[in-house]
Amino acid sequence: MTRDDLIDFVYDEAGLLDDMLWEDWKALFAEDGRYWIPLEWQQEDPILQPSLMYEDLLLLTVRIERLAGERTFSQRPKSRCHHLLQRPRILSMGEEDGVYKLRTAFIYTETRGDLLERYSGWVGHHLVDEDGALKIKQKRIDLINFDAPFSNIQLFI
Amino acid sequence: MERYRGNPQAIADLVKGYAVHRDTYVDPEIFDLEMEHMFPNCWVYIGHDSQIKNPGDFITSKIGNQPILAVRHRDGLVYVMHNRCPHKGVKIASEPCGNTGKFFRCPYHAWSFKTDGSLLAIPLNKGYEGTGFDADKAAEGLPRIENVRIYRGLIFVRLAEEAMSFEDYFCDSLSTVDNMADRSPEGELEVLAAPIRYMHQCNWKMLVDNQTDTCHPMVAHESSAGTAVNVWERAKKANPDMETPMAVQLYAPFMAPYEFYEGAGIRVWPNGHGHSGVSGSIHQDYDDIDGYLGKMEAAYGTERAHRILGDVRHNTNYFPNIMVKGPVGILRHFIPLAVDKTLVESWVFKLKGAPDKLYERALMYNRFINAPTSIVGHDDLEMYERAQEGLLSNGNEWINLRRLWEEDEAEDTTEVVNGTSERQMRNQMYAWRKFMVQNMESSLEAAE
Repeated sequence: MTRDDLIDFVYDEAGLLDDMLWEDWKALFAEDGRYWIPLEWQQEDPILQPSLMYEDLLLLTVRIERLAGERTFSQRPKSRCHHLLQRPRILSMGEEDGVYKLRTAFIYTETRGDLLERYSGWVGHHLVDEDGALKIKQKRIDLINFDAPFSNIQLFI
Repeated sequence: MERYRGNPQAIADLVKGYAVHRDTYVDPEIFDLEMEHMFPNCWVYIGHDSQIKNPGDFITSKIGNQPILAVRHRDGLVYVMHNRCPHKGVKIASEPCGNTGKFFRCPYHAWSFKTDGSLLAIPLNKGYEGTGFDADKAAEGLPRIENVRIYRGLIFVRLAEEAMSFEDYFCDSLSTVDNMADRSPEGELEVLAAPIRYMHQCNWKMLVDNQTDTCHPMVAHESSAGTAVNVWERAKKANPDMETPMAVQLYAPFMAPYEFYEGAGIRVWPNGHGHSGVSGSIHQDYDDIDGYLGKMEAAYGTERAHRILGDVRHNTNYFPNIMVKGPVGILRHFIPLAVDKTLVESWVFKLKGAPDKLYERALMYNRFINAPTSIVGHDDLEMYERAQEGLLSNGNEWINLRRLWEEDEAEDTTEVVNGTSERQMRNQMYAWRKFMVQNMESSLEAAE
C-alpha cells in the first residue's frame, strides 16, 4: 500500500457515509472490525471504561437495517450527514504489526428536519491489507467534547 | 398572568389520577414552582459517596435549580452545602468533581472555606472590623444543608427545613437499593467513571413516566430490538453453533409481549416511588457470569444469595427524579433544566468484589439504551419531543392515564398490580401534587 492509498481510503470511507451507502460502508470493515466512540480523554479500554459506542459488525448491521425500517420513528424525517476532513496524518505504515494507522481531524455535521448539529474531533483508523484491499480493524472517533450531553446522534461519524 | 403561584387548589386540580393536565408538562410557571416548592420538599439524590472517598474530594449537583456541593471533610464525614460564595455568590466549585485539598478558595476575592463549609479566612480582614460582619450570615461560610442521608452510599438531600423525614419519605422502597448493593459480594457499590449524558428537549417527568411504561417497548423499540432479533436469527441460521452474544441478550427482551409485562407486575409505594418487574423482568434471562454465584454464596450463604439474585426488578423510580435498575447496577438521574429541557445522566455502579464481566455488561447496557448514540434512546427521545410539541394542542388539555384505573384508587399505599397498569404514573403524580402544594399553603398563611 502506498501513502496515497491510505489517505484516499479515509476520504472515500467518509464519502460513502455522506452518500448514505451504508452497506458499502459496512463492507469496508474487517470481520472482527470495531467502531468506537470513547467517552474519556485518551481512553485505552473500550470494555471496562464507558464508551458512547463500541460496536462489531453484528451491531453495525442492526443500526444500518434499523435506519431503513418501516417503524423507525426517529428517522421520520430522515437524517443526513456531512464529513469535512483535514488531510489524514499517517502515524504508522504497519512496519511492525501490519496495521496502518491514521489520524484525521474532522468536523461532522448531522441534520434532521430543521435541526443541524456539528461535532469536532479526530478519527483514528487502524487498517489492514486483506488480499490487496484495505479493511478497517478499528475506526475510533474522539470528540473534543466527549463528555458533553448531546442530543440524538443517529448516523455514523 | 400567574395562574398557579399562591394557588394550591389550582395546582391540585391538575391531577385527577386517571388524567393529568398538560400544564404539568408544558407550563413554565408550573416548572418554576416545581423548582421552588416540590424539589426542596423531597429527598433528592445528588451523588454517590464513592465519588468522594478522600478528604477534600467533592462533587457538585443541583436540587431543582439550586447549585449544591458535597465534600468529604477530614473528619471522614460528608458535608453538603449550597455552592455559592457568601460574598458575591460565585460558585465555589465549578467542575462536576475534584479534590480541593484542605480548603476551598473562591476564585473571585480569595475568601476561603474549610471543607465542612465554615469560613476560614478573608484577605484584608481588617476591612470588616466594626461592620457587624460577625453577626452576618456570610460569616457562617458556605450555607450548610442539614438534612442529608447516605443510604448504601447514595446521598440524598432535602433542602426544606420542615418536611417529611427520610424514613417516612422512602418507607420500604429502598429495598431496590439494598438489592442492587447486595449484588456486590462485599455489599458495596462504586462509581468508577463519568456518566453517559444525554440532552432531552422535553419535560423531566416524561422520562420518569417512561420508566414504568411497559406498553411502549414492543412498539417504540420494535425498530431497534426487533431488528436486533432479526439480524441475530439470520446470523444464527448461517452458523447454528454461535452462542447468543451479550449484546443480543440485552436487546432481545425489549420485544417481550404485553402478556409478559402484565404478569411481571408493578409495585407502588407511598410518596410516588414504585417499580416495574415484580415477579420477573427483561433482566431475568441474562447468562450467568463465571465465578459470580460462588462469590455471592460465600458472602451471603446459598439461600440468601439466590434470593438476592432472584429479585430481578426492572425499573425502580424514586420520586422525584431518579431511576434505579437494580439487577444491572444503573442509576439514571433526570435533571430538569427548563420546562422543556432535561439532562439525563446515566451512571453505572461497579459491584465491589464481583467479576469484571458484570461491570462490562452494565456499561454495555448503558451505552445501548441510555446514550445519545443509542438506537433505543433515539426512539424514546423522539416520542418525548413529539409529546412536548403535541401537548401544546388545545384540542385536548389532558394526558390520559386511565389504563387499569379504578374508582377510589388509594394514594400513598403499597400495592402490587398488573404490570401494564399506569398506576405508577398516577402514583407519581399524586406525590407530585402533595409535594408541590405542601409548603405553598404554609407560605400563604404566613403572608396573611
